[in-house]
Amino acid sequence: MRAGFRRGVNAMMAGLTAFAAFLVILPLLLILAFLVYQGASAVNLDFFTQLPKPVGEPGGGMANAIVGTLTLIGLASCLGLPLGILGGIYLAESRDRRLPWTIRFLADVLNGVPSIVIGIFAYTIVVLPMRRFSALAGGFALAVIMLPIVLRTTEELVRLVPASLREAALALGIPEWKVILRVVLPTARAGIITGVMVSVARIAGETAPLLFTAFGNRFWHHGLLQPIAALPLQIFAYAIAPYDDWHRQAWAGALVLIMMIFLSSLVARIVTRGRYSGLR
Amino acid sequence: MVQEGGTAEGLSLPRFALSTRTAGRWGDQLFRLLVRASALALLLIVLGMVVVMVRAAFPSIKAFGWRFLFTSTWDPVAQHFGALPLIYGTIVSSLLALLIAVPLGIGAAIYLSEVAPPWIRPPLSFLMELLAAIPSVVYGLWGIFVLAPWLRTQVQPALGSALGFLPLFQGPPYGVGMLAAGLILAIMVVPFIIAVSREVLLAVPDSQREAALALGATRWETTRLAVLRYARSGLIGAILLGLGRALGETMAVTMVIGNRAEISASLFAPGYTMASMIANEFAEATSDLYLSALIEVGLLLFVVTVIVNALARLLVWSVGGAVKEVRE
Repeated sequence: MRAGFRRGVNAMMAGLTAFAAFLVILPLLLILAFLVYQGASAVNLDFFTQLPKPVGEPGGGMANAIVGTLTLIGLASCLGLPLGILGGIYLAESRDRRLPWTIRFLADVLNGVPSIVIGIFAYTIVVLPMRRFSALAGGFALAVIMLPIVLRTTEELVRLVPASLREAALALGIPEWKVILRVVLPTARAGIITGVMVSVARIAGETAPLLFTAFGNRFWHHGLLQPIAALPLQIFAYAIAPYDDWHRQAWAGALVLIMMIFLSSLVARIVTRGRYSGLR
Repeated sequence: MVQEGGTAEGLSLPRFALSTRTAGRWGDQLFRLLVRASALALLLIVLGMVVVMVRAAFPSIKAFGWRFLFTSTWDPVAQHFGALPLIYGTIVSSLLALLIAVPLGIGAAIYLSEVAPPWIRPPLSFLMELLAAIPSVVYGLWGIFVLAPWLRTQVQPALGSALGFLPLFQGPPYGVGMLAAGLILAIMVVPFIIAVSREVLLAVPDSQREAALALGATRWETTRLAVLRYARSGLIGAILLGLGRALGETMAVTMVIGNRAEISASLFAPGYTMASMIANEFAEATSDLYLSALIEVGLLLFVVTVIVNALARLLVWSVGGAVKEVRE
């Protein structure tokens, strides 16, 4: 009787946890279904090659926003990747205790700072002195978001490189910096690429920090010191506008954005199949 | 690249070795400086963030003092700013989200690490990672066009007629409002809670489980007594990380919460959060004091999320640290 009761509770809890897992997955399936259902019809060649049309004219695309998003990712990578990878090497290789601990801690904290706050930071430090919204400011904001992710994955991966490899190279009389650049980093390469792709996937969809840095633009941008369009910004603007045609475009934009993000996550996954899995 | 110093002629060796060694030392020093500077850049960014934001928020801090936190007029024309409705909206929407997300998230994490058959774990956790990869603005789009209409036509009328005697469920069903914001936030933070909880649960040493199983405990009893108790502080950390995400989440909330700076007991009523106020009004702030007040809201958000995240990290690390000791 007692044993039967305990077994019953056991089975019930197993069922409940499975149900919880199912409920968590359900919105994902619903969102993807609606994206495809609503967005697929508006994704066509025009979407990738045309500028947005004025209100009332059907058609048009988001070519400028796609280029803008890629430009912003590129700008952010120029700043975020070198700092993140070199900083990660420091965290993994340093023999100090206090400074690396502090930086590791701050990186995790910075990773949790809301992206809108990072937008304010970029606004006060880049937009205000330059007196204009610009692609540069947007890239800076995204770089700040990217930095802690790249830093922490690089550190984790560099740590995983076996000490014997490093010692073998050092024993040959090769200076430490060369050992790190030519032996340690190539060994950890796959994992670091994962970190980079994960961080790119994260910043590709960021909207809040771009609202008052990159600002958005309905036309092609003229240089990096001017406002620039971005796919998430365009989706936001179209979603809250009262026009059905724009709503369709917003769904299409969201579908394309999700595809870009899933593609980079997938690349990350293939590069390091079974070697590393992480969300941050 | 291994060939430097590879000469065997007796006399030339010292000179050669010496030269590579000094070159190596010089390169090492430069390299060390470079990596150290890169790591310090992060420190600089965080410190810079604090300094810059405090300075920019200072006019507002000076003008309103503590009243900023406890008054509820937000009137850009009269230049009077009080953030109480925003703070209220942020807290209520986040708590509502946690109320839904915590049981689901921890349950799903338990399923993933303790219950599920091994073959189902990788695809399932992959799907949950995808959920975390969906951008906020896409959640918002779905929220506006799918979730809010569903709430308006199905859920809110039903809730209103069944539980309408509670002030929580009174008022006209708009669809957009606090309930929609809480729901969309719950969907968004759940993958983070799962990811961290699963990590924490996996960090619990198997000896804990084996001991309980050996005493004749069922799987659930093992989980409850040996695993969850051991992982408790880490799980609290996971929940706090979820809270940190919920507090600062911007776009999706902005799109479904209705954006009205009022305090209402009803979950059906529109509200406003700190983050969505900044998102909506920052680029249009016309006066310096207005901008400064918005930055003060941002500063507040920054301070709160830093505290929440710092606590969460320390808790999660405490479980990880204990595990490392056991392994060594």
